[in-house]
Amino acid sequence: MKFSFIRLGAVLRKELREYRRSPYIVVTMAVFPLVFLIEPLITIFRIGPSVAASVVDKAVGATFLVLLIAPAMLPAVIAAYSVVGEREQGTLEPLLTTPLRRAELLLGKAVGVVVPAVGIAYLLFAVIQLCARLFASNPEVVSALGQGPHILAEVLFAPLLASWSIGVGIGISTRANDVRVAQQLGTLSSIPPLAAVALVAFNVFTPSVTLAVVFALILLVADVILFRIVVALFDRERLIAGARALRASSRGGQIPPAGAVRQIRRIERTGGSDDG
Amino acid sequence: MVADTMTDTRGEQPSGKPPALVVDHLTKRFGERTAFEDVSFAVAQGEVFGFLGPNGAGKTTTVRTLGTLIAPTSGSATVAGIPLTTDNGSEIRQRIAIMPENPGLYRRLTVTENLQLFAGLYEQPNVAARIGEALEAVNLTARAGDLCGSLSKGLLQRVGLARALLNDPAVMFLDEPTSGLDPVAAHEVNDLINALCQRGVTVFLTTHRLEEAERLCDRVAILSTTLRLVGRPDELRERLFSSSLVVETLAPLVAPDDVFNSTDGVESWRPDGASSYVLSVTDPRNIAPHVTRALVAAGADVVSITESRHSLEDVYLQLINDDPAASQR
Repeated sequence: MKFSFIRLGAVLRKELREYRRSPYIVVTMAVFPLVFLIEPLITIFRIGPSVAASVVDKAVGATFLVLLIAPAMLPAVIAAYSVVGEREQGTLEPLLTTPLRRAELLLGKAVGVVVPAVGIAYLLFAVIQLCARLFASNPEVVSALGQGPHILAEVLFAPLLASWSIGVGIGISTRANDVRVAQQLGTLSSIPPLAAVALVAFNVFTPSVTLAVVFALILLVADVILFRIVVALFDRERLIAGARALRASSRGGQIPPAGAVRQIRRIERTGGSDDG
Repeated sequence: MVADTMTDTRGEQPSGKPPALVVDHLTKRFGERTAFEDVSFAVAQGEVFGFLGPNGAGKTTTVRTLGTLIAPTSGSATVAGIPLTTDNGSEIRQRIAIMPENPGLYRRLTVTENLQLFAGLYEQPNVAARIGEALEAVNLTARAGDLCGSLSKGLLQRVGLARALLNDPAVMFLDEPTSGLDPVAAHEVNDLINALCQRGVTVFLTTHRLEEAERLCDRVAILSTTLRLVGRPDELRERLFSSSLVVETLAPLVAPDDVFNSTDGVESWRPDGASSYVLSVTDPRNIAPHVTRALVAAGADVVSITESRHSLEDVYLQLINDDPAASQR
């Protein structure tokens, strides 16, 4: 049975419907970007008319970095919930009893997070551009924000950084047993690619179209490799039978009954170690 | 007494069609723990097959294994005509439906939206019509627009059944479909399963409700890690229990030995209360008149003579009580 875009579409529609009706996700999607809008606006409005062009360039570089944090970090939290959340609410097993393939499920979930995250990132960029044109006192600000390499970087990096974060988030989600742990790890793991972007934003590398495209290509390859790894990590049996059963299976151990597990945890809390 | 061998493990297939399900020495182990072992049976097309057993007996793991969610450790199976292998997983899942104990519906989505998702996953061509038919089959058309989070457990089970109907499955696995339901809701779900049977759907039903299994199932299997017994409920009763008559008299008999031992067809007897007696007999219908005459001749006032009926529950308890491992799970 081959990859099906019908099944992918079914998962994507479901994801978007669920997001719309989840107060937690709606609030996160609405409040988080606002936080990332305030700081760049303040930075831009504080640049006076007599400030030198090199200082403006640095400030605008920082603005771009902040704008790219939103698509990198916002989806990580939601993606980290994707698989472990389904498992917690008991909806994963029915999904896995259908012909749905791993790649279809994970891609459907990933696209479901990428679309709103990138939409929000582009919207933030448009708002910054508009506000700069209307209210910035230094004309160099508008000029710096309108530079081709900057715009190209924003357009290319937003979906690629979001895809990376989502890939890592979903990967963690397929292996995690707890939603909160998955979300914390997902957020942390979205930071490394931002370091590379920061080098460009702070002019450690001179921004150019070539540099933006090269970085984008590197991110694209990294995203593809990451997605393949995440698909490989997705183990139906582990997700259904539980990590405990699989660990027992792999090392020939016995699965302790639930009561024994609680007792072991109590002992561990009072002085033992927990291998998670 | 423990039935150590299986009987009637092959599903009857009078029409000559291949069985819907063939399981051959299937075993699943998690490390040293055996979920189920050396399980073999076959289910005919259109049959309702009950899968019974105590908690931890391996029923759900068997369903998950046959549903390609878990790989077996050894043995083989054919599900809906397709060999159970990792490569065939997607194809098998296209032809079966599994309703887990928890229907697992998205509570923020409506009934229709939940079904739209699964119709899409089964690549159904005419989604709206298919959903309409499924909802009609479970009498839920009026609740199509309701959020699943607002439905009672009984209604959620019905949505789960509607979902299981979407792909017109060759085999439907129902894992404890009435678990946690009140008697009315459980009765409604049973009626729906009955309706499915009449439509010719092959149903593999795991349940704790033995009266439910007795009423719905053509054959039952009793699992306690290994398969203890397979057969029709009446066959199992006959295998495990001898036919008997229960005699009740107004006053205790003075010499019951003389009365019962001299009556043809009575193999043995035992008291069952002050003035009640259980007789092991070869043929209850034909022996009952002889017993009546003997009692009257002995001057007893007969209150009743009835054939003793053993339920599937008696069969189940007999088997499980003889299995020390089952009582420790």
